[in-house]
Amino acid sequence: MRCPEREDDFATRRKHLEGMSDEELHAYFWSLVDKIVAPLIAEACTHTTPSIERSVLLRMGFSSIEAKALVGGMNERGLLGHGAGRLVLELAKRKGLSVREAGAELIEGRHWQELER
Amino acid sequence: MKLTPDRKLDVAEVLKDLDKYRPRRKGWTWRHKLADQEIGPFLFKDTSENLKRSVPLPAAHAFGEIDPQCDLVITTEIASGRFEDDLRRMRMAAWHGADHIMVIRTTGQSHIDGLIEGTPEGVGGVPITRKQIRATRKALDAIEDEVGRPINFHSYVSGLAGPDIAVLFAEEGINGAHQDPQYNTLYRGINMHRSFVDAAEAKRVMADAGILQLDGAHNANATAKEAWKVTPELFVQHAINTAYSRAAGMPAERIALSTVPPTAPPAPKLRLDLPYALALRELFDGYVFRAQQNTRYMETDTQEATVTHVLDTLISRLVPTHIQSTITPDEGRNIPWHYNNMAGVNAARQTLMGIDGLMEMVDLKDDGALRESVRELKERAVLFLEEILEGGGYYSAVEAGQFVDSGYFPERKGDGITRDPTGGDGAGTVIPRESDYGAPVCSHFGNNALAERDGKACDEYGGCTLCEPQKIQYIDEVDTEDNVHKRLEAPLADRAAGLLRPEVEKHGDGIVCLTIFIPAEAETAAAAALEMARRMGLKNPEIISRRLMHPAEGTTFEIKGILDVTLRIDELSLPQTREPLSDAEIEAWVRPREIHVIAATVGQDEHSVGLHEILDIKHGGIEKYGFLCHDLGTSVRLERLLDAVEETGARAVLISTIVTHGDAHKHNMRRLEELAKERGLRGRLVMIAGGAQVTDELAQACGLDAGFGRGTTGRDVASFIVRRLQAMAGAG
Repeated sequence: MRCPEREDDFATRRKHLEGMSDEELHAYFWSLVDKIVAPLIAEACTHTTPSIERSVLLRMGFSSIEAKALVGGMNERGLLGHGAGRLVLELAKRKGLSVREAGAELIEGRHWQELER
Repeated sequence: MKLTPDRKLDVAEVLKDLDKYRPRRKGWTWRHKLADQEIGPFLFKDTSENLKRSVPLPAAHAFGEIDPQCDLVITTEIASGRFEDDLRRMRMAAWHGADHIMVIRTTGQSHIDGLIEGTPEGVGGVPITRKQIRATRKALDAIEDEVGRPINFHSYVSGLAGPDIAVLFAEEGINGAHQDPQYNTLYRGINMHRSFVDAAEAKRVMADAGILQLDGAHNANATAKEAWKVTPELFVQHAINTAYSRAAGMPAERIALSTVPPTAPPAPKLRLDLPYALALRELFDGYVFRAQQNTRYMETDTQEATVTHVLDTLISRLVPTHIQSTITPDEGRNIPWHYNNMAGVNAARQTLMGIDGLMEMVDLKDDGALRESVRELKERAVLFLEEILEGGGYYSAVEAGQFVDSGYFPERKGDGITRDPTGGDGAGTVIPRESDYGAPVCSHFGNNALAERDGKACDEYGGCTLCEPQKIQYIDEVDTEDNVHKRLEAPLADRAAGLLRPEVEKHGDGIVCLTIFIPAEAETAAAAALEMARRMGLKNPEIISRRLMHPAEGTTFEIKGILDVTLRIDELSLPQTREPLSDAEIEAWVRPREIHVIAATVGQDEHSVGLHEILDIKHGGIEKYGFLCHDLGTSVRLERLLDAVEETGARAVLISTIVTHGDAHKHNMRRLEELAKERGLRGRLVMIAGGAQVTDELAQACGLDAGFGRGTTGRDVASFIVRRLQAMAGAG
């Protein structure tokens, strides 16, 4: 719900802060900030995105064009939750390929059924 | 690649072998403060190492051309849309003291879900691609060798491709970047869950690459209707990004708060902006502060902008500050022009040198109005945080429009920015990690089954690109038409043909700026000014600034237009310059001959500094070669000079003529020559004039032997006298 208009009630609203020293006020400020940020960071720990997965593949030595194609394919098949990098690495190990070779064969349309198993 | 000061930057060389280029360092570089540094005649308190090459401030001429460098990093933003033109501007900026070059991205890059490749032309900024940043970093490496100071290269890690760009920046040695998920959320309409989840990964990558992070809180200043009322919220925005960055693994010393003094005169600027600046430094003790000059209230008057920016920079000295970001004074009227980047940088460094050592003399008061305002701001920020938590947290607060409300919190006007947590660009793209989720790379954030092993997560396949950069895949161009090589065809052909056109932004744009005062009421004056510009031959003239002097008496305009003139360099007649003789050659010829020289500042003119520099031994003047100098002083009548010539048998006369009112300088030169002829002295005398508006051509046209303007040294004048006397002796 949208915030309604409100007069400046600072003088009454601040009553509980009045007795705090500057140090106490600073500590209170940061304790509130930490409470706000905690659920945001928890979500980041337990979730991923196409951009994160592309960035993993870039680090594994794929070009931006290759990373985009691979992540797009994995996303369509609902596989990204396992991690694009993990999927490519495990395929490479199973097939005795390099990581780049495994990615290239996926881009050619091969091995996708194996990933989905 | 090596640059030499007398040769233009060769963009073709920058582009050569880019596929093999690797940055020579990673991470941010600070200047090193040198307390009590003697430079020229002064002892400085807040300076860093001198540059090897630079363009000093104009008044340095009076102080032995010293160019002290302040201890703050100085930022300038350069992004015309064509990076190949920007490289030349970066080089000029480095010579003027900038060591943090910020490249704004092309419009709309935030909404591209992936990296761009190649070198397409941008709009309002540069498309950030691997090739473009690699070329820029390579050019900056050469530029920093030329000036003798590391240069930090900076761009933006935001939009839908934040983690991709963070990896790109880590791989390519970018030194600083903006990263703040609140910016995506509030100003770019990108889904907030996507923005925050992406941000944690991007920040982790940046942290490990040593990249300095700037946040985005200052954008609220630029957006809010009454920027000084948004200050309680700014603490909140800074704090959310700061705490989030720490949680993602970023160290405090690389988290920079981007802060802007929110007001501009005629507002009582320091009384409003200083408490805010001080409260921020106290609440965020231990972090880094990037002070940016104000843009919110900039109009088209560049002088007004400059004065505001000087006051902004003063505030930067009154409280701890690490980076002084400059704003070009023309930002209120166009995409910044080349020379206005230098104007912005110079405003900052001139101010910072002028207030060197200020805090040794001044304390901010520990009681009274300043402390009360500081405390009140902090309390208002705390109340803002309480309300976010009461409403269910950050996402709910954004949904409710709690941010960028124009009320002075806790006052609310109900006009804040609202965003739907389930909407926006990239909505629905945040995916839960399965229990076996794995990312076999370094610098990864969050749950990762593959991180739970000995050694690095990338060991299994021989290392990721952050460990083994040769694995980076370089893409050169993807568009056969829209690329730097096509764009360079015309400029390179121009250069090969020796052609010159004026420019302010891009090669050959032809734009010039005209200042014109029209003595009429404003509307008539405007029409007249444009018509006059047309008749001067300017195409598409446009008024870019107008300043009323008086409703009836007139208005001053600045008009830009295209001067469609192309010159061939080889058709220009350049003034003949001769290398001066060596000190030893001059002295060997002068000392045994006891040559008298008569000098004075002539007419009604009390300027004496310039002449002293030419004469005095302590300024490296001609006395040191053994000339017998007779300085008659200032406001000397011409006749007296010639009397002195007769008395001493002098062979040379030096006049300084600074005042140009009513062409006094021309009159003085002509009259001196006439008087010398009348007295029969002309044939034996070397007659020289000097002054700010004197040129060799002008002096000769007035009958004298030579004229010397700004930048002349005693050696130049002595060389001329010796050569002329030698020629006279030879002729005689």
